[in-house]
Parts: sequence; structure tokens; C-alpha cells
Amino acid sequence: MKILVCISNVPDTTTKIRFKDNNSVFDTTGVQWIINPWDELALTRALELKETSGGAIEKVTVATVGLTGAEPTIRKALAIGADDAFRVDSDPVDAYFTAAQLAEVVKKEGYDLVFCGIESSDYNGGAVGGMLSEILGFASISSVSAVNYENGAFTFLREIDGGKETLSGNLPLVAIVQKGIAINPRIPNMRGIMNARSKPLVVIPAASTDNQTQYVNYELPPAKAKCKMVDAENMTELVHLLHTEAKVI
Amino acid sequence: MAVLVYTENWDGKFKKLSYELISYATKLAETLNTSVVALSIGNVDEAELRALGQYGASKVLAAKDGRLGSLENKAFASVIAQAAEKEQATVVVFAHNFTGKAVAPRVAVRLKAGLAAGVAGLPQSTDPFIVPKKAFNGSSFANLKINTPIRVLTLFQNSFGILEKPAEPTIESFEPTLNDSDFATSVKDVNKVTGKILLTDAEIVVSAGRGMKSPENWAPLEQLAETIGAALACSRPVSDEGWRPHEEHVGQTGKVIAPNLYFAVGISGAIQHVAGVSSSKFIVAINKDKDAPIFDTAAYGVIGDAMQVLPALTAAFKEFKASN
Ligand SMILES: Cc1cc2nc3c(=O)[nH]c(=O)nc-3n(C[C@H](O)[C@H](O)[C@H](O)COP(=O)(O)OP(=O)(O)OC[C@H]3O[C@@H](n4cnc5c(N)ncnc54)[C@H](O)[C@@H]3O)c2cc1C
Repeated sequence: MKILVCISNVPDTTTKIRFKDNNSVFDTTGVQWIINPWDELALTRALELKETSGGAIEKVTVATVGLTGAEPTIRKALAIGADDAFRVDSDPVDAYFTAAQLAEVVKKEGYDLVFCGIESSDYNGGAVGGMLSEILGFASISSVSAVNYENGAFTFLREIDGGKETLSGNLPLVAIVQKGIAINPRIPNMRGIMNARSKPLVVIPAASTDNQTQYVNYELPPAKAKCKMVDAENMTELVHLLHTEAKVI
Repeated sequence: MAVLVYTENWDGKFKKLSYELISYATKLAETLNTSVVALSIGNVDEAELRALGQYGASKVLAAKDGRLGSLENKAFASVIAQAAEKEQATVVVFAHNFTGKAVAPRVAVRLKAGLAAGVAGLPQSTDPFIVPKKAFNGSSFANLKINTPIRVLTLFQNSFGILEKPAEPTIESFEPTLNDSDFATSVKDVNKVTGKILLTDAEIVVSAGRGMKSPENWAPLEQLAETIGAALACSRPVSDEGWRPHEEHVGQTGKVIAPNLYFAVGISGAIQHVAGVSSSKFIVAINKDKDAPIFDTAAYGVIGDAMQVLPALTAAFKEFKASN
């Protein structure tokens, strides 16, 4: 059995977001790029599953859609422990384009289980996993906060409004994962970093697809009014403000 | 033509969220010179379905197939896409919640439709179709142009509001074609908390961070929440430490919420935390450090020790409630 983990290359979470060319382009000057936090947790869990599967899971592959700038991110995924990697050599134009590229990788290599993060922390689309499953005709489970493999079968914990459901699913399947899937991401060690250099990273050209959506421009939210301070000894005043001024009580 | 809205139900009942979706679709349909069709999946009684007319739905499709009792992404996507085809929908609207995020991308692929996820308002133009959506974790809005003749939108909660526009909807039973292969996953066990206000629905949220020092100190937060009917939330370290369950974690890697009122108690206001709560209408920060970055985002601030401020605040609310 083989697992594919889809990796998105995103700005570091502390990045101060700025735009250029009349707010039409995201300004990447000085931006540090990282593995999308959910994808990193998904990879961590995929490796744990492989290690405890008694050989049933043979391989964990990572794939990304991105230009050469995404290479350090995918190398880091190899250093964390993925066995091999694919990079589809194109800008990830939109969710559909990205999903269509990843679908080609899945079809070619035949993965049984695919992990995608619940969203990428840049455009917050949260659509790649769902689209990928539909293009492939696979089952999908979203908002997955735990995956286990026991007696030859996977079970998935899915968060729902006010609770959790345990599901089983027929492979092949796309699991769209969120917080909880692993607590802390695995950090590459020295040996991992050395090994990563010799692991296969295959670069493939993008397949052509429709261009369904495009970003026209960006807006920053209006500046917030200054915070009104209320004396800690006077909570009646705070309640009064929330009632008469904010009108939320 | 039509604007199709997927209206989710919770144990047979709709929520404010469903009415907001219909209100949004009704406004959009006016611009497009068309009407709103609501699709309901599951067991919902006629009176509840009819109530969707109150916000402008002119037709309600009810799919009651017994196999659709719990969410199966593939099957739900098939049902919704079939309804869209039947009604020749040019826009399909979902909520940007667990279900919407799970199903909308699949529906978009089926309909060869472009998807805008996390939509924050009405389109600024419908030809070309350009909608504002949230991007970069709430730090900005992006205007997204959708090039396809059919568009799928997931609407961010509380970004439009509820507008009444009474209509008398026709209610139609809808029987889509479903195959066994559409049911590839099955729910084995459900574990639901009842009687608690859901974090994602709550109008008021009381949230706390590492400044609370220990999980034993949550009682004053619980008392405040109970007094004002709020849901509880927390910062990431609090859930990572196991002080509180993961479901309460808000922020970039947790839940993104948009209540009317958000209390941030003993939370420093890191960028990743604010990403999950910046759409709240009002934020009240309680922190002992006057330089905590949370005060840059908050509308009201209190500098003080949470363990002293919280009981005083709860008492003030109780007094307010008694006299109002
Ligand atoms: C990739 C990534 C993703 C992340 N995602 C999230 C996320 O989704 N959500 C999130 O919350 N964080 C997230 N973080 C973590 C974030 O950077 C901060 O570390 C975290 O939000 C800090 O939590 P805190 O405010 O509870 O704790 P601290 O930063 O330790 O702040 C505690 C605050 O409590 C105050 N305080 C102390 N004692 C008292 C007292 N007695 N009374 C009143 N105030 C007191 C202090 O002045 C301080 O401001 C993420 C980080 C990374 C790297």
C-alpha cells in the first residue's frame, strides 16, 4: 500500500502580508516559505502509520505543484522522512489546476490513500483535496482529526458540529486532515537532511487544464479604531459600553 | 436559471446560517434576474422547509433518501450536482463550514464550475463574475474572478446577515439517482456533546490563553460564559498542553470564528491567533500586560489579572441582567 501526502508551499505564518502593482499581486519580497502547517502534520502521521504498519504501508510519497522556489519545501518533506517526491513544475494557478496536476500523479503511481491539508494558509481555499477526490472518483473524508490503521483497515475520526464521528472508508480514499491528526510536526534531524539529498525528487511538466478562476486584486481590511481602555475596577462600565455602544449585549 | 442553495439541517432543524445563505442568494438572484431554489437533504418537516420562503426561496427541493442520514461526500455531491443540473443553476451557494468545505469542491468539479471558497460578500460584478473572499488568514480580501458559466461559492458565516423577504415557496420532493458506489464511507460511531453552545454558532465567545496559568483556573471563565450564554474557546498552546479539548482551539490552525463579541483573556494576540478571530465584530481583551499585541486588535481593553477581573465582570453582567 502507498500513501501520498500533498504539500503546499506557503508563506511563514508570521509573514506581514503586502501587495504590489496596485494591489494586484502578492508581494513575496522577503517572504520565508514553509510547508503548509496541516500538510506537515499529515506527513508526520503518514510516517507514523507506515512505521507501525508492519510493512503493509510500503511507501510515503510527497507531491507539490510549484516552481523551483518550492524545492526547499519539498526537500524538507524528504528530510522529515518521506521516501520520494514529485514536483509538478508550474505555479499552482488555482485549486482546480492544482488538483488536476496532483490527480495525474496519483493516476500514474497508483496511491491507495492520499492526505491533503484542510486548507493552505495563503489563499485559504480548502478545495484541493475535495476536487482531487472528485477528479479521481475516490471517496473522501473531510475535517479528519485522527487516522488509525488496525487489522488491515483504516478508521478516521471526523469533526462535526458539536462532536465527532468515527468512519470507515473503502480505499482508494482522500483524507482531508486538520488539527489533531498529529500534535507536533516531525522535525528533520541531521541524518534525515543528509538522506534527503539522495532521495528521488522527480520533476514533471504540468498537464494543461482550464483556467477557472483568477485573482483580480486584493484589499486590506479597514484600519481598526483604537482600543478603548476600561479600568479593571469598573466592570459595570464595560458592560454598559457593550450594551449601549457596541450593542452586542 | 436559478441560484441553488444547499441548506444543511441539524437534526431536522435549520439554523441562522441557513437563513443567511438564502438571504445572500436572494440578493444575488435579484442581480441575476433569477430566483432562489433551496435544496434540503435529510429528514426535515414541511413547516421547517416552508420557513425558508421567509428569506426569499421560491422553491424548496427536499431529498429524503434514507441513505443520506449522515454526510457521505461523494453521495451528497452527486445529489447537489443533480439538483443544480435540474434547475439549471448558474450559481450554487454553500456555507463555508464543515459540510460546505467537504462537498462544494466535489460539486464544482462535477459541474465544471469555478469555486470561490470563503466568500465575504456579494459579487462586485456579475459579468464578469467577481466576488470578494477572505485570503491570507483574514489579513486581507481577494477579489476572485470566476471564468466558468456555473460558479460554486462557500459563504463565510456572518459576512452577509439575515434579510427577510417573504415568498410562498413551492415544496417539491427530489429523488436523485444514487448508486451503491456513491457510498464509499460509513459512520461507525457518533460522539456528540449536547446542550452546549457550539463554538461555530455562538454570538459570544469567551476565550482564554496561557495567561490562565493552569487548567484548574477555568472556573471563572465557565461562570462568565454561562452568565452571558457564550461558548468557550482557547489559544493553541492551551489545547496543545491538553488543558482544553482541541475543538476549542481557535486561530490559523484551529477554528476560524466570527462572533459578535469575543473575549480574549490572558491571550497575547499572536498573529496566528488573531487570524482565527479577526472577523469578530467586537473583541474585548483582558490582559495584565499593557503592551500585549491583542490590544491592537481589540475594541475594548482591560489591563488586569484575569483571576480578579473575571469574577467582577461576571458580577457586573449578573447585575445588568437583573435590571434589564
Ligand atoms: C504555524 C503556527 C500556527 C499557529 N496557530 C495558532 C492558532 O491557530 N491559534 C493560536 O492561538 N496560536 C497559534 N500559534 C501560536 C501562536 O504563535 C502563539 O504562540 C499563541 O497564540 C500564544 O498563546 P497565548 O496567547 O495563550 O500565550 P502567550 O503568548 O504566552 O500569552 C499569554 C498572555 O497572557 C497574559 N497573562 C499572563 N498572566 C496573566 C494574568 N494573570 N491575567 C491576565 N493576563 C495574563 C500575558 O501578558 C500574555 O499576553 C501558531 C504558531 C505557529 C508557528
